Amino acid sequence: MKKILCFFTTLGISLLGFSQELNLGEVHGDFNLNLQSYQEDKLIGAKAADEIILNNAYLNLNYLKGNFATGIRYESYLNALADYDPDFKGNGIPYMYATYNIDGLEVTAGNYYEQLGSGLIFRSYEEKGLGIDNAMDGVRVKYSPLKGIYLKSFIGKSRTYFTYADGIFRGADGELNINDVFNLKSKTKAIIGGSFISRYQKRENVMFKIPQNVAAYASRLNIIRGNWSYYSEFAYKLNDPANLLNKSKMNYAPGSALTNNISFSKKGFGLSAEIHRIDNMTFKSDRDRNGKAYIINYIPTLSKPHSYALLAMYPYATQSDGEIAIQVDLFLKFKKGSMLGGKYGTKLDLNYSRMNALSGDYGKSFLNDEVDYTPIPLCFAQERYFQDMNLEINKKINKKIKTTCIIANQTYNKDFIEGKPTGDYGVINSTILVADISYKIKNGHSIRTELQRLGSIQLESAKKLAEGDWSMGLLEYTISPNWFFQIQDMYNWGNEDVNKQLHYVNINAGFMKGANRFEVGYGKKREGIFCVGGVCKTVPSSNGFNLSITSSF
Amino acid sequence: MNKKTLFSFLAITLFTTIIFAQERALPNKEVKTLDGSNFNITDIENDGNPIVISFWATWCKPCKKELNNIAEVYEDWQDETAVKLIAISIDDSRSMMRVKPYVNASDWEYEIYLDPNSDLKRAMGVSTVPHTFLLNGENKIVWQHQGYVDGDENKLYEQIKKIAN
Repeated sequence: MKKILCFFTTLGISLLGFSQELNLGEVHGDFNLNLQSYQEDKLIGAKAADEIILNNAYLNLNYLKGNFATGIRYESYLNALADYDPDFKGNGIPYMYATYNIDGLEVTAGNYYEQLGSGLIFRSYEEKGLGIDNAMDGVRVKYSPLKGIYLKSFIGKSRTYFTYADGIFRGADGELNINDVFNLKSKTKAIIGGSFISRYQKRENVMFKIPQNVAAYASRLNIIRGNWSYYSEFAYKLNDPANLLNKSKMNYAPGSALTNNISFSKKGFGLSAEIHRIDNMTFKSDRDRNGKAYIINYIPTLSKPHSYALLAMYPYATQSDGEIAIQVDLFLKFKKGSMLGGKYGTKLDLNYSRMNALSGDYGKSFLNDEVDYTPIPLCFAQERYFQDMNLEINKKINKKIKTTCIIANQTYNKDFIEGKPTGDYGVINSTILVADISYKIKNGHSIRTELQRLGSIQLESAKKLAEGDWSMGLLEYTISPNWFFQIQDMYNWGNEDVNKQLHYVNINAGFMKGANRFEVGYGKKREGIFCVGGVCKTVPSSNGFNLSITSSF
Repeated sequence: MNKKTLFSFLAITLFTTIIFAQERALPNKEVKTLDGSNFNITDIENDGNPIVISFWATWCKPCKKELNNIAEVYEDWQDETAVKLIAISIDDSRSMMRVKPYVNASDWEYEIYLDPNSDLKRAMGVSTVPHTFLLNGENKIVWQHQGYVDGDENKLYEQIKKIAN
């Protein structure tokens, strides 16, 4: 026994010397911890947690050697943060995979993430901040026989919390880069693609003939010529009635989605315009279940994701049951030395988006007519769900001062978007102003301040009192590359209910070094909708201490 | 602890040290170019000079601040160290179409790739953006940094100069 151990030790030492020649592979990963304490605050409606402290943590480990990779993710919810679904509970390894890559063929067994086209019919992804992880469990094969031809096919079940949803998914996708395949030297480039997905779920309803296999398909086209770029995708979903004895849910209508984007850009100028029409495109991994954990496709929201607090106070979420939306973006950069550019140049971003109910005639859409309907394509109904107009100007004043100013006007149909009874809150129109100024004190030391104001009016008479006007102030001090300190206050001074004219103060500090980042904070958070990358979730009010650690190796 | 466990412990430690001691390579993952073509990230090259890989998104304010601040000094950096910056956007299909007009309007000279379903991001252990990696002439990761505050680009440049030829 001793001999064997001696052998291994010697082998180890000699390997250490030869490690460059003898490639044993690499281990890498990342770690993430979020801890929050919950104290009661009756005024803001924050509830204390029985556990006092709630905690989410993840550790990813990946092993790589040449064309082979394998890895796991350990997840711990003891218990899950209050804004997570309580079904995330306990510890486990819900994610593990092995994959290899040889001569254009990639084979994956275990868990994987996948997206077909822009995700209209299928997207499996993770967005940890929002509690989304619908990773697939099964096998996937990707093959590229020639440059410009990309094929993939997979089979699997979709993750929900620590288990898998009932539906079995079979998917395939093909993409053809025409210029690469035919070796064309044309100025115009074209890529075409098609995808197919089918869900099998056993029929258990004896009264209705519910389809056991539900298919959806999509085709896409991407054309690029010089400064121009065009993308179009059309998706179709076969009938998929929810298994409920409820007229509006027992709909055998098919679904469809059409999206079109065109953009033109050159040095200092960019323009992008997009339109989409979505009709009955909710696609789930289990027809009998509700909730975001069961959504298996992704309909992008056609509005700009805002990062300033008051701009994001009333965010829109796509209505996958039916909407028609447009968005236009304009990016400009005025050169240094020009009249508008000044000494350092000026940047300007203009964005407009609008979402309306489907079809010209109110009452002719999937949502209102459960048996048969013929919506009129490309026609806006009068009912507006959301509208956002905003202008952002970025200007460097001198070597020390940089500013960002934003003016925005948003219309938010609160009753509809948040599913409240009609007339409760009505439609809210708000005008928001943001000024963000940073000042460089000396090498590595900077101070930044944000001043924001939101003035709002309810467009119709509402039963509930309005939150009204808000102001927000933020002060941040950073020392590169290691430290940041921040204090912010959101003040709802315009609330019609005088008892709710509250301050939401938060203090945060962070330390960063290389691949590690630590952040601590204390304060009150407002109840509201939190959106990242187009998906939103409702966050409860909270009051307490938080700690977060992220690390990568 | 008896001798047997001690020895096994030592052997395991040595073994893991070997694995960890290695310089870190890029994972074998495909990203998209702004022209919609597929590109394997292991194919990036800069004639044996340093490469900076920066993960960003059009909705991420500190990311844009970092890349805009570097853009002001990028020419000087290239003259002195021949460094190349590769910016990988993690914008998904919601904001992906905005990347090309934004990049062109901002007049960035960087090489841009798209990672719309975060496959590369996951493989490189990136949990939040911005996240910046520095690669030496053999495409091995030698340094990384999370987040961005004003002035961080100077620290990055110090690291670049250390490995520049």
